[in-house]
Amino acid sequence: MPKNKDIKKVLVIGSGPIVIGQAAEFDYAGTQACRSLKEEGIEVVLVNSNPATIMTDKDIADEVYIEPLTAKVLEQIIIKEKPDSVLPTLGGQAGLNLGMELAESGFLEKHGVKLIGTTAETIFKAEDRQAFKDTMEKIGEPCAPSQVVHNVEDGIKFTNTIGYPVVLRPAYTLGGSGGGIAHNETELIDILSNGLRLSRVGEVLVERCIAGWKEIEYEVMRDANGNCITVCNMENIDPVGVHTGDSIVVAPSQTLGDKEYQMLRTSALNIISELNITGGCNVQYALHPETFEYCVIEVNPRVSRSSALASKATGYPIAKVAAKIALGYTLDEIKNAITGKTYASFEPMLDYCVVKIPRLPFDKFITAKRTLTTQMKATGEVMSICNNFEGALMKAIRSLEQHVDSLLSYDFSKLSDEELQEQLHVVDDRRIWVIAEALRRGVSYDKIHEITKIDKWFIDKLAILVEMEQDLKTKPLTVELLKEAKRMEFPDKVIAELTGKSEKEIHDMRYENGIVAAFKMVDTCAAEFEASTPYYYSVFGSENEAEETTPKKKVLVLGSGPIRIGQGIEFDYCSVHSTWAFAKEGWETVIVNNNPETVSTDFDIADKLYFEPLTLEDVEAIVKLEKPDGAVVQFGGQTAIKLTESLMKMGVKILGTKAEDVDAAEDRELFDEILEKTGIPRAAGGTVFTAEEAKEVAHRLGYPVLVRPSYVLGGQGMKIAYNDEEIEEFIGIINRIAQDHPILVDKYLMGKEIEVDAVCDGTDILIPGIMEHIERTGVHSGDSISVYPAPTISDEVREMLVEYTKRLAQALHVVGLINIQFIVMDEQVYVIEVNPRSSRTVPYISKVTGIPIVDLATKVIIGNTIKGMGYTPGLAPTADYIAIKMPVFSFEKLRGAEISLGPEMKSTGECLGIAKTFDEALYKAFLGAGVQLPKYKQMIMTVKDADKPEAVGVAKRFAALGYKIYATRSTAKYLQEHGVDALRVNKITQESPNVMDLILGHKIDLVIDTPTQGNGDKNRDGFLIRRNAIETGVYCITAMDTANALATSLENAQSELTLVDIATVKNI
Amino acid sequence: MKAFLILEDGNVFTGTSIGSTREVISEIVFNTSMTGYLEVLTDPSYAGQAVVMTYPLIGNYGITPDMESGRPWVDGYIVRELSRMPSNFRCEGTIQDFLKKYDIPGIAGIDTRALTKLLREKGTMNGMITTDENYNLDEIIPKLKAYTTGNVVDKVTCEEKSVLPGKGKKVALLDLGAKRNIAQSLNKRGCEVTIYPAHTTAEEILSTNPDGIMLSNGPGDPKECKEIIAEIRKLYESDTPIFAICLGHQLMALATGADTYHLKYGHRGGNHPVKDLKTNRVYISSQNHGYAVDTNTLDEKIAKPAFVNVNDGTNEGLEYVGKNIFTVQFHPEACPGPQDSAYLFDRFIEMMGGTK
Repeated sequence: MPKNKDIKKVLVIGSGPIVIGQAAEFDYAGTQACRSLKEEGIEVVLVNSNPATIMTDKDIADEVYIEPLTAKVLEQIIIKEKPDSVLPTLGGQAGLNLGMELAESGFLEKHGVKLIGTTAETIFKAEDRQAFKDTMEKIGEPCAPSQVVHNVEDGIKFTNTIGYPVVLRPAYTLGGSGGGIAHNETELIDILSNGLRLSRVGEVLVERCIAGWKEIEYEVMRDANGNCITVCNMENIDPVGVHTGDSIVVAPSQTLGDKEYQMLRTSALNIISELNITGGCNVQYALHPETFEYCVIEVNPRVSRSSALASKATGYPIAKVAAKIALGYTLDEIKNAITGKTYASFEPMLDYCVVKIPRLPFDKFITAKRTLTTQMKATGEVMSICNNFEGALMKAIRSLEQHVDSLLSYDFSKLSDEELQEQLHVVDDRRIWVIAEALRRGVSYDKIHEITKIDKWFIDKLAILVEMEQDLKTKPLTVELLKEAKRMEFPDKVIAELTGKSEKEIHDMRYENGIVAAFKMVDTCAAEFEASTPYYYSVFGSENEAEETTPKKKVLVLGSGPIRIGQGIEFDYCSVHSTWAFAKEGWETVIVNNNPETVSTDFDIADKLYFEPLTLEDVEAIVKLEKPDGAVVQFGGQTAIKLTESLMKMGVKILGTKAEDVDAAEDRELFDEILEKTGIPRAAGGTVFTAEEAKEVAHRLGYPVLVRPSYVLGGQGMKIAYNDEEIEEFIGIINRIAQDHPILVDKYLMGKEIEVDAVCDGTDILIPGIMEHIERTGVHSGDSISVYPAPTISDEVREMLVEYTKRLAQALHVVGLINIQFIVMDEQVYVIEVNPRSSRTVPYISKVTGIPIVDLATKVIIGNTIKGMGYTPGLAPTADYIAIKMPVFSFEKLRGAEISLGPEMKSTGECLGIAKTFDEALYKAFLGAGVQLPKYKQMIMTVKDADKPEAVGVAKRFAALGYKIYATRSTAKYLQEHGVDALRVNKITQESPNVMDLILGHKIDLVIDTPTQGNGDKNRDGFLIRRNAIETGVYCITAMDTANALATSLENAQSELTLVDIATVKNI
Repeated sequence: MKAFLILEDGNVFTGTSIGSTREVISEIVFNTSMTGYLEVLTDPSYAGQAVVMTYPLIGNYGITPDMESGRPWVDGYIVRELSRMPSNFRCEGTIQDFLKKYDIPGIAGIDTRALTKLLREKGTMNGMITTDENYNLDEIIPKLKAYTTGNVVDKVTCEEKSVLPGKGKKVALLDLGAKRNIAQSLNKRGCEVTIYPAHTTAEEILSTNPDGIMLSNGPGDPKECKEIIAEIRKLYESDTPIFAICLGHQLMALATGADTYHLKYGHRGGNHPVKDLKTNRVYISSQNHGYAVDTNTLDEKIAKPAFVNVNDGTNEGLEYVGKNIFTVQFHPEACPGPQDSAYLFDRFIEMMGGTK
């Protein structure tokens, strides 16, 4: 079927802010799809509240709305833009839900707009629990049988029909508390009666237990003609019970015979056909490890994280093809972009093995539970490709950037045998390291399998790696042994440690014996057809097939690795834009990255893509082959910056700001010299290595002080200390990981926080805009609400900021980007931190000012000047709009994580509110972050003493909005004394009804809880209140500034929003 | 022990010996399936060929009952890596032991992707697997160039006829090297399947008045099967419904005046898209063939293309004019590979006047 000619203008729905479970993969899918639509001459209207995305660029779509993703906003956009179709399958669950809402309400029909890519019926059949079950039953596809019961008798009766063990899931309890697995009737009665009691509605779901089965996924495509293909299947190394997003996943499946493989493939095809999906779909299966029995766990009728992974693992561009299918094309009409010869109607064949490992945020949330369950916790992931499983796993491990580079990196050797066995039962992110230790001690495969349910094939692979460790430790290092270790991708550093040699010795021995990485191509067809797409991975002991280079100048762009808190999608935005800018200037571009969720690892972004870990050794192999004329590190976040020194040692020219100047910004003493020279004040402080030294400095400065390690991103390990005890605690935490660099201790200044991004050509600077944070200093800039243009600073301060920025950029000889954070206190400007590189705010400020910052920075790096490009140096004229960046958190996904804000970054994403007025922009920002208030107009306040005076003002504002205010004893008393009609409520430890009952009663809109420092009872109470609020979906604020901002937003709530098409924002 | 794969163009790959250490000369072909190595090993169509698996990890689930015939037929086996410890609930042993048991030589640890690219660029080549470190290329290469697979159908067909009882339609299956699942696919649909050796005469088959005749897959150059082609011509003229797969498809074409030709490097794998020209539906198919029917030589009055390969436009099936005969180049019986075209067996049953 050829293209449907009726489709001319399409509204594409994005997925909104990055949260756990919905991350960069949708920017990748959305960007690819938009480009695919535009290729067909379709006008694309895009809506997404996330400004850090590439899809919200005006080069990607024709009209771009960075607006809150609500049905109401979408309706307004549809009325204004009059698209003929809406494509909802690229924006994750958020996009799909919105599409469904618009269809169900009849709005689309009324306005003559079609849903494309899927139908409301398809979404309903796939998403509605009962409809899905019925559909599967109709075509004979098994689901895990389950039933909702209200009493123990029914539970027993049902279980007798499906057999033990069963999983019990009480409805409406916190984080699934009260549930469990029952293996027999005694356990069933015990758990079920308890669960029924705990469930507010006296309801428990009894379900056939499939925990421990193999978890297998298929990515399927189907067109309107009914043609179906599977792109790829994937096997989770972690059996059913761990969310696939938190599992180590391998593609293709490794332990399935053709019989099992085809059985599930045929099932997946039947399902996509019955659901009448046109586009992509993901089907997850549980497969019994010892029979052919299987259950369908879930179907996602849209592109997903798994489809992004499958695309990168195979080279098959699922989102692109899905977009073409939505326009009416059939699979056999769409060219396979990789081979250029064959068509999309084939199934990719891999001649390599792909391993994905999730990036979990437990280094950020040290109090959070590490346990992995069916609730996803990973913020990102890494992928690696190799022609053997061991190598793929080793490469993926070192791609994580979590101080791990082998199966020895987490040390469980101190555990006793009993403790180790105990540890094997724990399902967390360190499980493969525990298994490795068990294998070292000779624990049998059977025992490990019995406990973990991980297939013995994978256990054997871990054993092979452990045996190699032993060989390296005990045997002389022959060329053969070294070859074999490299084939399994042992890094030189690990080989050096195990053999007692130096890294250089290993490195030299390798090169002397020709043991070097070769690069193979990802071509979708296992070499059956000639392909020209330069998408490569490295292996040892093979023939190199990376192509000869062109005579063009060549730049190496280092990506930013896995998405983690503090280093998110914005760095991919910068890397991609820089690549495009280099290409426009006639350079050949080479990207190195390992994150399958991103746009930068799409095969047609750079001239060459190396899907590789971002370590010295891996990058060196690429450098030796490609011999780039230079490398840019300033766009890839800390990941790329960390490689600067190594790159220079390899003889690669660092383009832009020089390494020694980057160092000067990070090195306390060098930086102090620069400040001295330029006459810029900063908070007094000192550098230390030990807690003792830190206390000395703190005593000299006076508490509170800010403690932080140098050379980190996102304020990791940064804390405000109020006393000696806390200093000891924090330094202890920082020093858990050996520090090459000193720890900084600064006087804590409480003022307005200002952030500036600028482009500098070595002489002149261009500041697109100055941003001001709503929260005072002490809250990490990534977690603060940021307002452009800075609303409350005086002209004098503004001038001082511009002047200081200029002086710093010049003193640091910045060529490219610089990001500076300032404190403004009593009309005095202090510098907090200078980062001579791209920052989190670059995409957002580019979009609202219309100044293509990365593009300009790249051109400056190549040798252009700001004046030469037609810009007037200094602060650019203020844009017509107020833009407010709102942080978005994923606390509800991380049980046990402390949610109160501080100097260490905790947000996973952001959204934007953009409008002509501050008030509307703020309202949009809160709305975009999912704060849709008011609902019940009831709130709880419990604030620390220092905040009480301010709390009165906040309380009065909310009272004026009609809020009923509950407060705990001392807060209530204070508020009442100051004229607020607050209701006192019992503390958690007191009898019901207490504050917890209120929260759990689901009648509360908001909790304002400003935490006290320390570890006392008060803090524990606060922690419980905050956690429970988050887990029941109550909005929780921990800073008074945020509370005031929310009040402003609610006071200015409006039902009709004014829409801003970002694509029309003028390039000032 | 070291092993060497020597190609007729003089390229030598050095790896480790697996299975038998016996020396073998064969035609080297590659298969891109990621699962189903056991079905490949036991597919009689590979007789006279040594197979390279492009997927690098082979033997992960060991030896299971999923065999397409009583024994492996490949001359040699070429892999990147054999799993040292297979894992599957049906696993009965390792590939290593299996190859040893049937005295099949092989080589592991070579760059199979580089080898595949060579075969893709230069076309299928002959080669030798040897463990003799003192091999002499000057002696070997002429031998390799001279090698032909010959008439291998005789080697793989059954010795005497056998019957799979069933209550439905009576099907005569001419075993040219049939994969087990062809008979099973029919039998599962209720058919009584009588399996005949390849050299059974048309008279003998027709004398039993079968409801339909199934011509199976098989190895080698179709033009070598001169006598069988003559018998198939008689079957064509009999008006008995006929369904043919792979070699059977090629022989029917040759029997009715069309020609076949050698493909540069063949189609072997489980991902080939074939389009049903009647419905324009595309099915992903299992394939294993080195020859194809030349559609330029078709007499429109006798046969018309029914399926085409979406990748390279080669013929994938024929519909015979005025006859109850259709033939396909791909493998609806799958094993290994996608089961998408299994509906063709239903079509055959309907053609015989039955219901599925």
